[in-house]
Amino acid sequence: MTATARSAKATAPSTAPQPELHLKMLRQMLLIRRFEEKAAEAYALGKIGGFCHLYIGQEAVAVGALAALRDDDYVICSYREHGQALIKGISPNAVMAELFGKATGCSKGKGGSMHLFDASRGFMGGHGIVGGHIPLGAGLAFASKYQGNDKVCVCFFGEAAVNIGAFHETLNMASVWKLPVIFLCENNRYGMGTAFERVAAVTDIVEHACSYDMAAELVDGMNVLTMYEATRRAVERARKQSHPTLLEVRTYRYMGHSMSDPLHGVYRTKDEVEEQKARDPIAQLAGKLKEDGVIDQAALDALDSGVHAEVEEAVKFADESPDPEPGELFTNVLVD
Amino acid sequence: MATLTYRDALNQALREEMQRDPNVFLMGEEVGVYQGAYKVSRGLLEEFGPKRVVDTPIAELGFAGIGVGAAMGGLRPVIEFMTWNFAVLALDQIVNSAAKMLYMSGGQIPMPIVFRGPNGAALQLGSQHSQAWESWVSHIPGLKVVAPATPADAKGLLKSAIRDNNPVIVLEGEMLYNLKGEVPDGEHIVPIGRADIKRPGNDVTLVCHSKTLTVALKAADQLAEQNVCSICARSAPSTRRRFSNRSRRPTARWSWKKDGPMPGSALRSSISFSATRSTTSMLPCSA
Repeated sequence: MTATARSAKATAPSTAPQPELHLKMLRQMLLIRRFEEKAAEAYALGKIGGFCHLYIGQEAVAVGALAALRDDDYVICSYREHGQALIKGISPNAVMAELFGKATGCSKGKGGSMHLFDASRGFMGGHGIVGGHIPLGAGLAFASKYQGNDKVCVCFFGEAAVNIGAFHETLNMASVWKLPVIFLCENNRYGMGTAFERVAAVTDIVEHACSYDMAAELVDGMNVLTMYEATRRAVERARKQSHPTLLEVRTYRYMGHSMSDPLHGVYRTKDEVEEQKARDPIAQLAGKLKEDGVIDQAALDALDSGVHAEVEEAVKFADESPDPEPGELFTNVLVD
Repeated sequence: MATLTYRDALNQALREEMQRDPNVFLMGEEVGVYQGAYKVSRGLLEEFGPKRVVDTPIAELGFAGIGVGAAMGGLRPVIEFMTWNFAVLALDQIVNSAAKMLYMSGGQIPMPIVFRGPNGAALQLGSQHSQAWESWVSHIPGLKVVAPATPADAKGLLKSAIRDNNPVIVLEGEMLYNLKGEVPDGEHIVPIGRADIKRPGNDVTLVCHSKTLTVALKAADQLAEQNVCSICARSAPSTRRRFSNRSRRPTARWSWKKDGPMPGSALRSSISFSATRSTTSMLPCSA
């Protein structure tokens, strides 16, 4: 679906060996889900300090989008970024240890859940101010273009960020300067407890691209394959033509906004959550692979067990890792 | 050594640093075609082209953030605000993004970026164009702040700021752009964090920065026979360390001169604390 002044052009489907890719995606989505379930448990046990925003329900967005990237491309995210960090290649051990505030975490225990970083993998952070990192994403793309390399940047943010000035200022400049950036809006329908339609005059976010003469596409974020193909088109536009794209991805979070928010709260009904779970991205892909004869239930169970073990190991690693030295409070404030 | 205006000294620093390092670029409102709202960037578009002298829309938050992202990507942006009054719109990027990036990434992502522009009360302006921001920005961990008082310092501190791997706030005195002074040619670097004793004395110390230096020196002239000492603080937060060097301690009686509101200046309080701690007895103030 397209709806813009500069409509997105479809390209030929990927020629990657599909069953292998699909199995990889299935495992990645399972990894995020099991990781997040363990993170919720650890938070309840008081092992995770600070905030913790879970990604359960939205797995297909990170997995589909990142499958369309090269290893050296940039990814930058909001604070709901455990999933993207894992798929960009940070080990579950290093992510869990960061959630636990341990010295072995990917940000040395100084970032926590909202500030996961691995610059060597192009994972340029979780950022905690809604919409504040959108210009940073454009800036990374600016640097790529300036340096004459063909790295692109995918900037993930939630639908609530669309009401922030930084979104509009950045889309304008990205379009004027033709920056190789993909603005990937994960529309999970609620900014904390406020339904988007209650606070937004334009509820089809994809339409905002018209104001900035930008390519855009509306994507079903519960389907990992659709997500992958849409991101591939946007990445190709960025890499080959140096044009930005706005993707509005319709998705849904099953859990509360953060760990302090009840499962569905007073702002949505239990029925609504259950209805959305019927579109579960992992079940969708697993069902397709079974239909295609790529996987059977036994193989699926084995895949899930392997992921479980990996996540258990991450918790063990985080538990047994040392806290940062107290002196670390005063390092990395300024470069010496 | 040439006699230059403060404006042209800044221009020289920008030009030399852009010649020296292809990763340095200038971005802001009216920096290119218009040649700078205060003409600090005069001639740079012609010399370096639109790739490195980037005119922006009026969107301080947006282009400051794009600068931060560009620094994350390995460039050394110089972000010009038409005045620091407008930079308030960009404080989220300066404080939450630039100042914290190194820390929250566990030291992985340095932030070699300069935010610069005119600061302080000037002529024929109004409330929203006359503010002095040093007390605000000097209290944010992760930022360095400089406020040059002379053309030579303007050049030397801006060059240091551009080469620094930390975010540096350069507060240019809006009333100083036409001030003339001798400026060393070529490689003239003024290290960040060192106070400058402009006139040694024994009885009273005047601590100042930016345009208040001119006022303080005039006062010192009038009081010359009374042995007044004048220290130009120049930069924060590390001025305190310079006071701990015994030879540079202020005298026991001293006064802080700054542009901006009073009472309630946190920067004044901070310098007072540092000076009081280091002034254990009546000390001579020698250069």
